[in-house]
Amino acid sequence: MYSRSSASLPLNQPPLDTRYQVETPEGIDLHLRPAGLVPRALAFAIDLAIRGLILMVMFIVLGLLGQFGMGLGTILLFLVTWWYMVLFEVFNQGRSPGKQMLGLRVVHDDGTPIGWAASLTRNLLRFVDILPFGYTLGIISCLNHPAFKRLGDIAAGTLVVYRDAPLSKPLLADAEPLPAPFPLSLDEQRAILGFAERGSQLSAARRAELAALLAEPLQVPAEQAEPRLNGIARGLLGSAP
Amino acid sequence: MKQSLFESRHQPDWDAFNSQLEALERGKAEAQTCQSFAARYRQLCQHLALAQARGYSSHLIDQLQQLAMRGHQQFYRHRSHLGAQTIRFLFGGFPRLVRSEWRSVCVASLLFFGSLAVMGLLTYLYPELIFSLVSPDQVSEMERMYDPDARRLGRFSERGSGDDWVMFGFYIMNNIGIAFQTFASGLLLGLGSLFFLLFNGLMIGAVAGHLTRIGYGEPFWSFVIGHGAFELTAIALAGAAGFKLGWALLAPGRLPRGEALRLAAGKAIQLVAGVILFLLLAAFIEAFWSSTTFATPDIKYAVGAGLWALVLGYLLLAGRRQYAPD
Repeated sequence: MYSRSSASLPLNQPPLDTRYQVETPEGIDLHLRPAGLVPRALAFAIDLAIRGLILMVMFIVLGLLGQFGMGLGTILLFLVTWWYMVLFEVFNQGRSPGKQMLGLRVVHDDGTPIGWAASLTRNLLRFVDILPFGYTLGIISCLNHPAFKRLGDIAAGTLVVYRDAPLSKPLLADAEPLPAPFPLSLDEQRAILGFAERGSQLSAARRAELAALLAEPLQVPAEQAEPRLNGIARGLLGSAP
Repeated sequence: MKQSLFESRHQPDWDAFNSQLEALERGKAEAQTCQSFAARYRQLCQHLALAQARGYSSHLIDQLQQLAMRGHQQFYRHRSHLGAQTIRFLFGGFPRLVRSEWRSVCVASLLFFGSLAVMGLLTYLYPELIFSLVSPDQVSEMERMYDPDARRLGRFSERGSGDDWVMFGFYIMNNIGIAFQTFASGLLLGLGSLFFLLFNGLMIGAVAGHLTRIGYGEPFWSFVIGHGAFELTAIALAGAAGFKLGWALLAPGRLPRGEALRLAAGKAIQLVAGVILFLLLAAFIEAFWSSTTFATPDIKYAVGAGLWALVLGYLLLAGRRQYAPD
């Protein structure tokens, strides 16, 4: 369920960044990006403010209803205190309003949407993460865990991850398609494609500098390395019929 | 196959899958369009694997990976039939779980009811002992609440029947809050649960002993016996759930601690679900039955005894016969 290998990386080596890999029953790896302490704390602060607001409005409205309203008010206070997070997480795809604003969501360790048991567990155990004051235990646990889990997350088997941003198609530099001068390994192939796809995000000087590294194996002068690499990338991509 | 050819050949499939996903994510998918979902999802996974094996560009792989991620979320959604599950849990799952966790349940019950009984007896015999636990203000408040001359009983005794709702809300808030604390603090190697069980046991025992000694026994016992069956049992069970968490950390056995904790928490949270149901029942009984004065204490004792028998019988006997799952 939790493996750290993929086609793009040497086997049995953890990725350089904090991505968390999950192997699905279909035999493919999914990448989750766990969220760290600061965005999670911000999301929690937003949720706290929203809860305060709800309670304030509620008590003003219910105060007008007299005793019955007071009783209803205490029940609602209970619901907002203990169930606000659980209900949002279960019914809104793992996102409380604060998490939604920061682009976070809660999922099970295997990447599936969070259910009742896990959500209830992680939110009840929040009580321990708060101890001894101001979320100290939660913060320590979060900073020490490779996937930034607080104690409630460890017990419930959940993970707070970033939602993926939609991708836009990269613009490739114009070049004549060229065959590769020698057989490329998969990693080399992907590196060259990656260089071509990310070209528009780099400055011209940086592109030239990176390409010059490959001038020798490609057997071209340094200034021709970049167009040559773009050409090879075009050749690897092929042209659409 | 070159990447461009691969892309142009399969792009329509991916677009179709994408729009299907969008419909599912908004919860507005029609049954007919979903029929092809599983097949499309598997095909997409195959395309992703192919793209990785052939070293296609990161852009394509990232794009397919995002689609696979969203598909995974929809395909492996934990659909819960909440109604049917709750009923099955009530009529067998919960008592079976309590029995299978009898070790931690016994320890928690012994700690809670034991400290309650011992403290009650000691306070009855040595009256000044109560002031070591409870402040004099609270003691006199307790005495006022259970004064035999009072018209209504329990906390906030000067109230009309409309206030039953206030009390219902208060009991839910207060008692479930205590139960949640007792459970959650079990994560501190079980010490938190130990503390809350002993603390609540000693407090309740001291108050019970004190009130019995000064002759307020009848209003007190007739008030608490009914809902106590559910409330006290629930607190003991919450403590048992907390011990389960603590034990998983102390003695994880052959598993890594995190994994042992995750497994224990799965069981423990089910116990807590039962505790919540018990406490809702207790709050209802406490607000609408225990506080009434039209029933004589004898009737209340009888009903209370019946409720205790019901709770114990339920936990010990219900769900013994296995039915085939439907």
